[in-house]
Amino acid sequence: MGRFRHLISIDDLSKDDIIYILDRAEEFEDIAFGKKKSNILEGKILANLFFEPSTRTRMSFETAMKRLGGDVINMTAQEASSIAKGETLADTVRVISKYVDVIVIRHPLEGSARFVAEHSDVPVINAGDGAGQHPTQTLLDLYTIRKESRLEGLKIALMGDLKYSRTVHSLIKALTLFNAKIYLISPESLRLPDEFLEDLKGDIETANLNDVIGDIDVLYVTRIQKERFPDEEEYKKVAGSYKITADILKNAKEDLIVMHPLPRVDEIDVSVDRTKHAKYFEQAFYGVPVRMAILCEVLL
Amino acid sequence: MKRELVISKIREGTVIDHISAGKALLVLRILGIGAGSKERVSMVMNVPSKKIGKKDIVKVEGKFINKDELNKIALIAPNATINLIKDYEIKKKFKVKPPEIIEGILTCPNRNCISNSNEPIKPRFHIFIEGNRVIARCYYCGKKIKDVDKFIV
Repeated sequence: MGRFRHLISIDDLSKDDIIYILDRAEEFEDIAFGKKKSNILEGKILANLFFEPSTRTRMSFETAMKRLGGDVINMTAQEASSIAKGETLADTVRVISKYVDVIVIRHPLEGSARFVAEHSDVPVINAGDGAGQHPTQTLLDLYTIRKESRLEGLKIALMGDLKYSRTVHSLIKALTLFNAKIYLISPESLRLPDEFLEDLKGDIETANLNDVIGDIDVLYVTRIQKERFPDEEEYKKVAGSYKITADILKNAKEDLIVMHPLPRVDEIDVSVDRTKHAKYFEQAFYGVPVRMAILCEVLL
Repeated sequence: MKRELVISKIREGTVIDHISAGKALLVLRILGIGAGSKERVSMVMNVPSKKIGKKDIVKVEGKFINKDELNKIALIAPNATINLIKDYEIKKKFKVKPPEIIEGILTCPNRNCISNSNEPIKPRFHIFIEGNRVIARCYYCGKKIKDVDKFIV
């Protein structure tokens, strides 16, 4: 029995569990790159149930599974499934969990992954539940930070949509376990909800980018997610309100890294891609070894 | 002569004492008592209390509260004391204690929570005390409720 049966929220993991997964991911890097072969998950099948669009998360789970010798079935088009005929999510999962060995789910409703885990015969991995949790993204973010910067004694600025971004919410919780100094940078209307802040015990403060750019190790930028806004007018007010350029980074520390969960719209100018600071494409790759480690944990 | 507020004793039923001031009407609603109810009910509100400053008291003749009702009362009046009466005597007296987990009593205020969908699901909450307040946290989406009485089903 592994350390966890399902992976629903980063809150379900201890600091020790997190470090264990990051260490395991390190061992899978060569396989993720395709330099080494493995059949460790041969005979296992993963079901990708994506009720919301995804490129990186879905494909990196698929890559992780296939590079470890496993197989994948996908349910991406909701119209093509029984859901369109009115079947409940609970019934869908009861059936699919009889076909496969692990379920990866992304769903627009918060709490959906925990609900699905109650109805599944096999492990469930949350690949994003509305504005709730996205624990595998958090683990790959932590992996990137540890790999490209450092986890202990970290100074990090989180910039952008701090209100609706599940990525940011999960990451902040995890970073407090590592005693990080966290700066929050966002338009007024997209600030981290007070309710979220009051439950956290960490070194967290709001800041301006110009004041902290010379001091931070990591600048984590997020997209303003149009799809999470209840009102399009509210979205228009803040769309395009910040942009990181190579010029802004001139005042940064030599070893500052810039991260982004991707996709980006216009928050990071392409001029940043050519700087040594840009690590968001490496970050996207690290999703593969990290998800390999998670899959092995729940499947073996 | 000392002037006192007197509510007549009940022969058989339940007395709920030390209800947080102003919550007695909500307690009656939880007990399913309203217009058309047959039970003989007496209620006082905002009377002085040594323990909690001001309190409400509810007496219901002929009714013994069940566990579900007890749990609901504990959510809105965590200091309440329950007295079960038989032949004008207190047969059992105990303090309510909010359960650690409740099911089907509250609804989640997060409209985007799976527990508010048409799935076969009973809302479930973790209950804990912060200061003097009962706080509920949705088991599914994690939403925290500080004013639980607004979300009782």
